[in-house]
Amino acid sequence: MKKIIPIGPYHPLQEEPEFFKLYVDGEKVVDIEIEIGYNHRGVEQLSTTKHYDQVTFLVERICGICSTSHPFAYVNAVEDLLGIDIPTRAKYIRSTIGELERLHSHLLWLGLAGHFIGYNTIWMWSWKYRENVCDILEVISGNRQHYSMFKVGGVRKDIPKEIIPQIEKMCDDLVPVVDMFKGAVMDDPVIHARLKGVGVLTKEDAIKYCVVGPTARASGIDIDVRRDDPYAAYGEVQFNVPVLYNGDVFDKAVIRILEMYESIRIIKQCLDKLKKEPEGNIEVKVDFIPPGEGIGRHEAPRGEVFHYIRSDGSNRPVRHKIRAPSYVNIASNKVAAVGQTISDAAITLASVDPCYCCTERTVAIDVNTKKEILTWNDLIKLSQQKTEWIKKHI
Amino acid sequence: MNMKEKIIDEVKNKLKDKIVDFFRKNDKRYYIEINKQNIIECVKVLFEDFGFRFSTATGIDCENNIEILYHFSYDKTGEIVSLKVKLDKNQPEIESLTKVFSAAEWIEREIWEMVGVNFIGHPNLKHLLLPEDWPEGKYPLREDVI
Amino acid sequence: MGLIKKSLLKSLWVFHLPLSPCNNCDIEILDTLTPRYDLERFGIQLVGSIRHADILLVTGVPNYKNWQKLKYLYEQTPKPCFVVAVGTCACGRGVFKDSFNTPCNVDEIVPVSAYIPGCPPKPEAIIGGIVKLIDTLRKKITTYL
Repeated sequence: MKKIIPIGPYHPLQEEPEFFKLYVDGEKVVDIEIEIGYNHRGVEQLSTTKHYDQVTFLVERICGICSTSHPFAYVNAVEDLLGIDIPTRAKYIRSTIGELERLHSHLLWLGLAGHFIGYNTIWMWSWKYRENVCDILEVISGNRQHYSMFKVGGVRKDIPKEIIPQIEKMCDDLVPVVDMFKGAVMDDPVIHARLKGVGVLTKEDAIKYCVVGPTARASGIDIDVRRDDPYAAYGEVQFNVPVLYNGDVFDKAVIRILEMYESIRIIKQCLDKLKKEPEGNIEVKVDFIPPGEGIGRHEAPRGEVFHYIRSDGSNRPVRHKIRAPSYVNIASNKVAAVGQTISDAAITLASVDPCYCCTERTVAIDVNTKKEILTWNDLIKLSQQKTEWIKKHI
Repeated sequence: MNMKEKIIDEVKNKLKDKIVDFFRKNDKRYYIEINKQNIIECVKVLFEDFGFRFSTATGIDCENNIEILYHFSYDKTGEIVSLKVKLDKNQPEIESLTKVFSAAEWIEREIWEMVGVNFIGHPNLKHLLLPEDWPEGKYPLREDVI
Repeated sequence: MGLIKKSLLKSLWVFHLPLSPCNNCDIEILDTLTPRYDLERFGIQLVGSIRHADILLVTGVPNYKNWQKLKYLYEQTPKPCFVVAVGTCACGRGVFKDSFNTPCNVDEIVPVSAYIPGCPPKPEAIIGGIVKLIDTLRKKITTYL
């Protein structure tokens, strides 16, 4: 008998409300319907009522986890429209902030993924180390999230020489931690059994759904805006783009762990350059924005952020289009989750890091009787029980 | 560098007679205006023949018409080619791209509810971001409705 | 009533309701549960069902798709229930005040007992806000008894 399991729209664990309707036949997910819009605040329309400097702060408030990605893509778009180049020091500061954010975002995802498969230890540990990254961001910008570092034409604050050793120390301390997580994921037979072959997004589907970021790179699509269309300091630093080919949840987790090493590498190169550059020269003055259009992109922790700006010469954009990476990645769940068991659905839906979704308000409803069968707690329990079972039988 | 010029030149050659207007913003950003009848054909050329990735689409309410920009990204060299289509404001309709790639499904629903463009052949044209009971004919991103 | 409130203050159970947040306050709320702040040692816990909750922790601005749901959820909560608005958005809509999709403030839908402003409030501020709420309730109870 076909049953429906709605996941969402409310989930106390965190973040945006989204609504997944899983159609299940026994244990198997046969179809999935995704409903979004519980989080729509009309930013695109609001943006046309604010002037160019204010929009930086508005787009920062689209998402809290990747709160630098949207201003990053936005300033790229306006600078593309203007055709200006920013000072070298500002470029390196931008990249540093962008990579620090990637570190904290990937640690956050790793913790939540651990929680979903029943490894709460991973959750607590990775969030513990994430605090160190947040502290550094607070030292640099004055706020743990929403750093407000960017402006059109440069950055708002400098990174003074005195705090650079502090950032370097944090990076050095983080390497063994990432090593530990790598070991915990790569060597643990339970995680292998639990994540390998689960939620596979094939390369063909990935191309059809045009997914971006780690989701695409785990499916063998070699894209990274930082390398393909260099902006800020990314053209001047060395880094690798890890690509894996299985497209399952395991690969998505491994990709994120490998990316953390690359982020640390980029931050260190940026800091080395910042030490040599003279302080203070961090912005060019922009007083007039001519009519025209501009496109800016940034490789956020979840993939490509896309901003399109059209100006008519006034001090406000006439159109501001924003495309976040989760917008395309979440849609790909439609193929990744189908064919899985219910106990794998939670981690599959989570694996694209969809600015996460939907804990606890999950109820399974029998289509005929409208009676609740499963709550979200049960679903997590199911998922965690499966891990326990594998542990015993391995 | 050769490679870069090559891909946009190849696109230009292939679309030759369909290009109404061509605008090069800089090395990485190109805007190509086409007629709305040719949209499926042009998109197929970009997506299937050249391997462009569909980034997103933007619907803009201009003074005299409604513009839709389909942004395609070429990830090997990092160009963005935007196909521009101008639609009649009184009856904005265009062929849906969902038969070419699935990624167009959500963005077309969004443009439909925000700007009011009808996508012909879309399998599931209903509200994406706004509630189901949103008043009909009230499009938030149209200039005249605020 | 006095007994209920007295036992209530020993361990507040929290239901976290994101209306349409930017995730930031939500992360900071989760942060208070992780090792550095560890709110659970005070008996404060996130619960999965609204029917177990004493506190409704609201973040974000209400929009047309979910503002009714806030009302329904509030009605389903066993009373006494205290609504805490976390973040500038929940306190007064912040930058989203003029949007076409944000009809009203949280406190126009349900009564709010405590406001914790900030964008986002730091975990310390969230803990501080909850402590203030508990203090206020305790004083009220003493006068009641």
